[in-house]
Amino acid sequence: MTSLTSLTIAEARDQLAKKEFTALELTEAHLQAMEKAKGLNAFITPTADIARARAKESDARLQSGKAGALEGIPLGIKDLFCTEGVQTTAASHILEGFKPPYESTVSQKLRDAGSVMLGKLNLDEFAMGSSNMSSYFGPVKNPWKAKGRSDDLVPGGSSGGSAAAVSGYLAMGATGTDTGGSIRQPASFCGIVGVKPTYGRCSRWGIVAFASSLDQAGPMTRSVRDAAIMLKAMCGHDPMDSTSSPRTVPDFEAVLGQGVKGLRIGIPKEYRPDGLNSEVAALWDKGIQWLKDAGATTVDISLPHTKYALPTYYIVAPAEASSNLARYDGVRFGQRVDGKSLDDMYAKTRAAGFGTEVKRRILIGTYVLSAGYYDAYYLKAQKVRALISKDFADAFEKVDAIVTPTAPTAAFGMNDKQDDPVAMYLNDVFTVPASLAGIPGASVPGGLTSEGLPLGLQVLTNRWDEETMFRVCQTLEEAAAFPSLKAPS
Amino acid sequence: MSLDKATIRKVATLARIEVPEAELDATAAKLSGILKWIEQLSEVNTDNVAPMSGGTTDLAQSWRSDEVTDGGMADKVLANAPDAQDGFFGVPKVVE
Repeated sequence: MTSLTSLTIAEARDQLAKKEFTALELTEAHLQAMEKAKGLNAFITPTADIARARAKESDARLQSGKAGALEGIPLGIKDLFCTEGVQTTAASHILEGFKPPYESTVSQKLRDAGSVMLGKLNLDEFAMGSSNMSSYFGPVKNPWKAKGRSDDLVPGGSSGGSAAAVSGYLAMGATGTDTGGSIRQPASFCGIVGVKPTYGRCSRWGIVAFASSLDQAGPMTRSVRDAAIMLKAMCGHDPMDSTSSPRTVPDFEAVLGQGVKGLRIGIPKEYRPDGLNSEVAALWDKGIQWLKDAGATTVDISLPHTKYALPTYYIVAPAEASSNLARYDGVRFGQRVDGKSLDDMYAKTRAAGFGTEVKRRILIGTYVLSAGYYDAYYLKAQKVRALISKDFADAFEKVDAIVTPTAPTAAFGMNDKQDDPVAMYLNDVFTVPASLAGIPGASVPGGLTSEGLPLGLQVLTNRWDEETMFRVCQTLEEAAAFPSLKAPS
Repeated sequence: MSLDKATIRKVATLARIEVPEAELDATAAKLSGILKWIEQLSEVNTDNVAPMSGGTTDLAQSWRSDEVTDGGMADKVLANAPDAQDGFFGVPKVVE
């Protein structure tokens, strides 16, 4: 018998319905896997007791025919989602010990659908990073290793714990959040599927805010179908978030199997800069060929402002972060360091509570918003953001979807030199433009490098057209023979 | 633009983050590197371009009636406070 942890969400859902095993057995199998894989450091706070209690409730609902869409499915929750009575840290010292008195809308929706929370997953501090190295609770290890090498690799970030837990078979799926690539880049590094929906699909209420005009929640899973199932349960309008859309949430799973025949796939020339990693370029070419073989046509397109997306992001995101993170002041929640005055207490609390990268971004954000620099930096960036968004709008007049690599490299080593912030920011060069435009994007595992490490392909579609995105993703998944991409045990 | 120590000191004060004197130079160097890289945006012609201030361009501002829908939970609000006193947040003395 296949082990329970290797099932997909869709398989487990069907087998739970047929009573081939119980939700409690499925949860226990995952709790055991988490215990064995503690060394990955994927979880900040495991919640075994909550998981067992919810699994028992799921079994009762399965018995009485009241099962939800994710009944009994064990999931990990990124520790950026507030969970009632369960420590929520954003991987920061400043929030250590914080137990929210409320539940985020997305985690509540997943709970309402019957899923079982296994625990709170590690991330880069305040979701700022691409390696998970900036967590106050220590780095996460990627379950994958390069062929013939024993050194540990990063899982990407910021949703690094989520990616490692799903890739390492500790959870059937996990929530992530994506501000500039924080779902898609770790999905690529860990060989799983990661979906950032259209800005406004998921409520941001109860998610620790980083950059509010960019933050979106999304699913991280081992199959495209699982991502479609999980995303549907996460989406929908929420009166608590005025930027969440009142649009009807489509049944994303229903479009699977429709294929890509007749679809026009855009290939943007700006995503093939001089010096692009040859294996990444080769996989991209392969992906394009797979889609042609499946009946799609490809169109060469241009997204002329692509090279300005990263610098734009590193104005907009820190500016919003400097404002959002002003709430960590040692007064209402979290850590406090005493000082001789109120201002001194603030400054000491924030100096001790925030890590290096978070402080750096708050300082940059404060600078670009400060008197005399606002127009030159922040307003300028908002205008370039409008041009980047227009690039995509123009492109989607001509094509139905855009396919690119997800990240410029495969996972790198935990010990690799990482002291140049700008070099680290370049990890998100292919994911940030879609974040700025607010369009949906997904990463699907496409293949392995010669060193045996996963590489993802990114699929972008127009706003509110996740359905076409899922169709393209599934075609790529089938062609790539995705199930063969298993993390070595 | 290259940031000097005085600018970092000022920004750190605005951001309410204590930066030790010994770290000002290193912080200035790192932030200057980032700003220099960001300044490539000046190449882009943005004349007559309206700024994009939110994550979406097609969502109208939503309205709701101005009614109290929540409240009466002071204990929950104070539960995580480092220094909750008699139903208030405790802070260092601010009025002499």
